[in-house]
Amino acid sequence: MRRVNKDERTRISFTLNGRAVSGEAESRMLLTDFLRHVIGATGTHVGCEHGVCGCCTVLIDGVAARSCLTLAVQAEGRAVTTVEGLAAPDGALNALQQAFQRHHALQCGFCTPGILMSFTDYLARNPHPTEDEIRDVLSGHLCRCTGYAGIVAAVRAVSAGNSKQPS
Amino acid sequence: MNVRSQSSGDFLSQALGIPLVRKEDPALLSGRGRYADDLPVASGTLHAHVIRSPHAHAKILKIDAAAALALPGVAAVITGEDVRQLTDPFLIALKAPVHQWSLAVEQVRYVGEAVALVVAESRYVAEDAAELVQVDYDPMEAVTDPLAACDKSAPLLHPACKTNEISVRKFAYGDTAAAFAAADRVIALTVDYPRLSFTPMECYVVVAEYRPHDGSYDVLANFQGPFSTHPVMAKALRVPGTRLRLRIPPDSGGSFGIKLSVSPYVVLAAIAAKITGRPVKWVEDRAEHLAAASSGPNRITRIEAAATLDGRILGLRLDQLEDYGAFLRAPMPGPLYRMQGSVTGAYDIPNVEVTNRIVLTNKMPASLIRGFGGPQLYLAIERLVQRIAVELGLDHLDVIRRNLIPAEKFPYRTAAGALYDSGDYARAVATAIGDGRLDDLKRRRDTARAAGKLYGIGFAAVVEPGMSNMGYLSTLLTADARERAGPKNGAVSMATVNIDPLGGVSVSADVTVQGQGHQTVLSQIVADRLGLDPADIKVTLELDTAKDAWSIAAGTYSCRFSPGTAVAAHIAATRIRGRLAGIAANQLNVLPDDIEFADGQVRSRSNPDNALPFGRVAGTAHWSPVMLPDGMAPGLSETGVWSPPELEPPTSDDRINTSLTYGFIFDMCGVEVDPVTFSVRVDRYVSMHDAGTLLNPLIADGQVHGAFAQGIAAALYEEFVYDENGNFLSGSFADYLVPTVSEIPPLEILHQETPSPLTPLGAKGMAEGNCMSTPACIANAVADALGVKDVSLPLTPLRLHALMAGKP
Ligand code: FES
Ligand code: FES
Repeated sequence: MRRVNKDERTRISFTLNGRAVSGEAESRMLLTDFLRHVIGATGTHVGCEHGVCGCCTVLIDGVAARSCLTLAVQAEGRAVTTVEGLAAPDGALNALQQAFQRHHALQCGFCTPGILMSFTDYLARNPHPTEDEIRDVLSGHLCRCTGYAGIVAAVRAVSAGNSKQPS
Repeated sequence: MNVRSQSSGDFLSQALGIPLVRKEDPALLSGRGRYADDLPVASGTLHAHVIRSPHAHAKILKIDAAAALALPGVAAVITGEDVRQLTDPFLIALKAPVHQWSLAVEQVRYVGEAVALVVAESRYVAEDAAELVQVDYDPMEAVTDPLAACDKSAPLLHPACKTNEISVRKFAYGDTAAAFAAADRVIALTVDYPRLSFTPMECYVVVAEYRPHDGSYDVLANFQGPFSTHPVMAKALRVPGTRLRLRIPPDSGGSFGIKLSVSPYVVLAAIAAKITGRPVKWVEDRAEHLAAASSGPNRITRIEAAATLDGRILGLRLDQLEDYGAFLRAPMPGPLYRMQGSVTGAYDIPNVEVTNRIVLTNKMPASLIRGFGGPQLYLAIERLVQRIAVELGLDHLDVIRRNLIPAEKFPYRTAAGALYDSGDYARAVATAIGDGRLDDLKRRRDTARAAGKLYGIGFAAVVEPGMSNMGYLSTLLTADARERAGPKNGAVSMATVNIDPLGGVSVSADVTVQGQGHQTVLSQIVADRLGLDPADIKVTLELDTAKDAWSIAAGTYSCRFSPGTAVAAHIAATRIRGRLAGIAANQLNVLPDDIEFADGQVRSRSNPDNALPFGRVAGTAHWSPVMLPDGMAPGLSETGVWSPPELEPPTSDDRINTSLTYGFIFDMCGVEVDPVTFSVRVDRYVSMHDAGTLLNPLIADGQVHGAFAQGIAAALYEEFVYDENGNFLSGSFADYLVPTVSEIPPLEILHQETPSPLTPLGAKGMAEGNCMSTPACIANAVADALGVKDVSLPLTPLRLHALMAGKP
């Protein structure tokens, strides 16, 4: 197992959205800070830094995780996926993103990246969830703007395979 | 269902009034937002961390920063003494010796008050250093209860004021004494509105730079306005406004009023930049935000009605005691006065007396919050109306309907001076209860009650003001004092439309982005005028006080967008359109009256084949100014300025038209209270809105859903709690309960559109309504379910259990 000393800056390398990234950080640096301020991937947001709001959710080896409760060194050698990795290289939105736009599932958009990442993980494992299951996953996130109605509608639409039609 | 009455909009294209999806979304959905903390900063930028008071009330004896300063990477530790030397206290709306600086000076007055600022090369180092700063306090007795704070024996927050109750103003409209003398019954109630915030998911961010060559500050902050606070910040920094350049980032992670209160930190970071000679960045964390950012004011209202036996309200008396916490920050006491004109709500009540009191306590300072005085007022009025029904043995809905302002009385001047522009309240209520909705609620109630459950039905009828009169706050002063200070009134909105040589259209405006979708709506408005696709209109809203057109009313607050800035954009685009029509008429050899704008063309209405591409006409203005029609000014940039004349200053007898537009909301709901756990389940909720003409129904519904969730939060969950010693007990999202999706019940939204005759687009403010109506509606339903009079928000199981303990 890799050992890092408390005050030492170490090099941390992992793949971010399929591309190799690397940077130096103290062992205590949070993954949120590393992504945002060392790598410059600012799509992942920080809403509480205590694990409640879900804004900072990313995928680590395909599994949703709170990056504010993760140290950057813990990502060493892993595959990290963030909101920047969802759209096609030409910028075209994926089905989940399109459904969010169509159903007005975001206002300020600050909570949105984390919610997209949670459902990216969840829908991969359960492509056709019930509404209760959708609400269950969403209850791990706080959104102050939307009242959640549009988000539930968007995920329902995409899981029903008809992100084009507002329900 | 969408009940549309005729629109006054005169919309030319299909761009406006349709549920267009938002142009903001693709970037935000892709992690390409540009929020304050995402933007690059100059190399060498330092990072700040605020040291905060653990005491509610204490003298600061000594701050020893030596050990912190010895830590490598620490640039400065700034204290109240520095701030006192370099800045002036913030101006306040009241003549009272309540001095607040950006750091505590000599004493602290609430838990979380900023005491010192550590500035270091990274945030991590700044936080390390903060642990080494030794602050010695001498704790004093604190007071958190507003009534106790009014007592003569209470510890004083600001001893120079000699009292904590720093303002008492009495207002009399009509002949209220006669109304009470004529009444069959007087029905009274005391209502408590709690402290809470709508905690945007993004906290405060400030990046400040000092420019020594001209002594100016360049500050980026996720400030939301009102920009009436800009002079307050500039004065505190002792510079003219031009030397405080304030820039707003392109995106903001929500605001709901809360991000006005980043303003003290703008000043603090600016001073830190001056002291250190380096740019300084500060990012607030959630614990700081909950303890010290901002709260809505709590209010105790004693309200009584003079009523006839059939439930007609002849007169009202309100005594409103509002608790602003430790300081009165500008533009406070806004919430206490913003509703002054509409203090009689949706009802035709000609006589009213109001006493407004302001008290200070050892809690975080209160400030703007969505709803802004409406939730407090309507909880009192709507609870009272329910009590009138109960005490007179009448049907609650009948009492509401008996008192609503009748449609034929619009435009309606309220007793306190508001000019309600338009409305048909009775029809809105009829529609909402129609289609079997009320019958269904009653059926649910009867079934539940028959099964021994606690079920109640609640109603609320509220008037939602939009676009504040900048003069309303001066109602706080006596007529004489107003005279001396000079008249205050109006509200100026501005938007600029610019067309480039290829016909590209860009728009900027005097609003700050918070997530409402203003870019989309502005693009719809301008596209509508110019016959273009909204997708072709580029809207940039990064307000910059050094370069943009703005007035003291600028910012996004009090629902000023639809009745204000939207109109300014409409005016600017209409003027540009006139100009382009003149150019095209010349070239097409037709009269300007025959010109129409459609499908990206400027063409003859009578002969659409006689057409020019839009870009070509625009190009003429750029490339060949000599070819312009005689007398036409060159250039294709227009700033629309909108200043509605109805926003007059307060009259000498204190009547004030507090806002320009007045929408209407009627809510009804059914709730079930669990007899064992006392948790409240909202079974069905219907919300009817009349916000005039809807500019974008998709966005409008989004605003209603969002405000509704916050209304539910206020009714059932959120509260900032202090103990009697002023300790703060809601310091994390584990203690301060922001509802998740599981707590938000389904909502049925209905619309009626009664256009405002006072704005060219017919649109009214509409984004705050359910923050006002929902707490009252739920409180009424719970009161109905439990058969009780006093229901305090939030209606938590703990509270309801205490309320019901001892009842059979
Ligand atoms: S920032 Fe990680 S959960 Fe809130
Ligand atoms: S969209 Fe603003 S917090 Fe969710």
